[in-house]
Amino acid sequence: MNIFKIIDEIQQVDGDAVERLQHASRRSFMTKLSRSMAAAAVPAAMGTIFNKAYAFTPGAIEVLKFALTLEYLEEEFYVMGTNAAGLIPAQYGVVFNQIKKHESQHVNFLKTALGAAAPAKPTFDFTAKGAFNDVFTKFDTFVFLSHAFEDTGVRAYKGQAGNLMAKEDEPLLDYALQIHSVEARHAAKARDILSTIRNNERIKPWISLDEGSPAAVYAGDNNTVQGGTDITGIGGKSLDAVTEAFDEPLTKDAVLAIASMFIV
Amino acid sequence: MNKTTERLSLTNGSEENPIVDVVNRRFFLRSAGLAAATGAFFMQSCIKDHDLGPDGAPAVNLGTGDIGILNYAYALEQLEAAFYIKVIDSPYVGMSDKEKRFLTDIRDHEVVHREFFKAALGSAAIGGLSPNFSAIDFSNRDSVLTTAKVFEDTGVSAYNGAGILIENPTYLLLAGKIVSVEARHAAIIRDMLMPDTMSFAGDDIIDANGLGLLKRPSQVLPAVAPFIYNQIDASGLPTP
Repeated sequence: MNIFKIIDEIQQVDGDAVERLQHASRRSFMTKLSRSMAAAAVPAAMGTIFNKAYAFTPGAIEVLKFALTLEYLEEEFYVMGTNAAGLIPAQYGVVFNQIKKHESQHVNFLKTALGAAAPAKPTFDFTAKGAFNDVFTKFDTFVFLSHAFEDTGVRAYKGQAGNLMAKEDEPLLDYALQIHSVEARHAAKARDILSTIRNNERIKPWISLDEGSPAAVYAGDNNTVQGGTDITGIGGKSLDAVTEAFDEPLTKDAVLAIASMFIV
Repeated sequence: MNKTTERLSLTNGSEENPIVDVVNRRFFLRSAGLAAATGAFFMQSCIKDHDLGPDGAPAVNLGTGDIGILNYAYALEQLEAAFYIKVIDSPYVGMSDKEKRFLTDIRDHEVVHREFFKAALGSAAIGGLSPNFSAIDFSNRDSVLTTAKVFEDTGVSAYNGAGILIENPTYLLLAGKIVSVEARHAAIIRDMLMPDTMSFAGDDIIDANGLGLLKRPSQVLPAVAPFIYNQIDASGLPTP
């Protein structure tokens, strides 16, 4: 058992690892050791510290698995899209390559965080059993699904934030929020491109009311009750503006129902 | 909604109306000058209100716990709303129709955010801040959009960094509902500056793990301080 190698590897994933371990050490490890523990017991004590320092709650692990499933879907979608000759006009090549890069990074990041607990990549069918047969031959269809996946991703992460509030899950809440905001940037640009190629000003970088398709992706986004108060008309602003100003979450079940259309 | 109403709703009613504020400040300074010999007047005024910063704007204490974080968000939203109100009131040279539509929408979103926090905080809300936009040339597209980019990217990183400091799940969800809208703004402002490039989700704000920028209040407040006349006391905010 090469403890230093393990710590080193963890440190590469989590830059705060040494500090965290030192913290755990100060709190319990050293005191435990000082209670005249036998040398043979040291590996067990070490294991306890690792568990303590990295014991994310079971609920948080489920969030990570759920997130990884969505990121697998997005990554494969953009890999296939950017590899499809003649699909993406040159003007938008950089945009979709940048999005693909982030989705790959998210997959790698979540896989590393989950380690052996990481689920395998599902088999995807982006035609959704024939509903989108031209997804990788017609740019409009590709952008349409892109904006739907990104908006779903934003709503999915948002819906899970509350499951990462335990003290031991703090780093995960940071990470989830960071990914969430990147997905929102993707969504804004994908929506902008969809608006441009369809010459439709009603499709904005932000979501008005619950407008959009597939309907399940935008269900409930017209909510006007925030923090228990109906804010319709607040500041004298339109219903469009009020609903655009708040992105709503989706439950895990609602997200999986959407994703399952694309999973074989 | 007309501009007059908008301007009034920028701050918390007549007490913090910027115009009234300026008049009060002038009156205060003059009176203070007259009464300087005694010094008593000065003391009394400061006790009654808050202490005044170097520019005459009252110092603001954000408070503690979740209230402190909500006030922190309210302060940032006040700044953004005031900025975009001015952007639309005095459009820069060459503002396209599409830019005007987007910037008007963004203004409206920020006003909604600001008014939401004000209402949610109720009597715990900080007063209206006095923004300092003296470094911005509102007639110049680049000056306006570059500033907008800073505000939006900062807002996104601030909400990201505030998440772990929030105790109430309802408030965490609310922050989540708002931050993604700010990220949409940030992306589209960046795209206005550098259309169809990687800038909308650029490598300057997203790291090699695909994680967007995250900043704690102690990093955010010094960055926005040049844009606010009021001294902001964040000493009561929760820390990681």
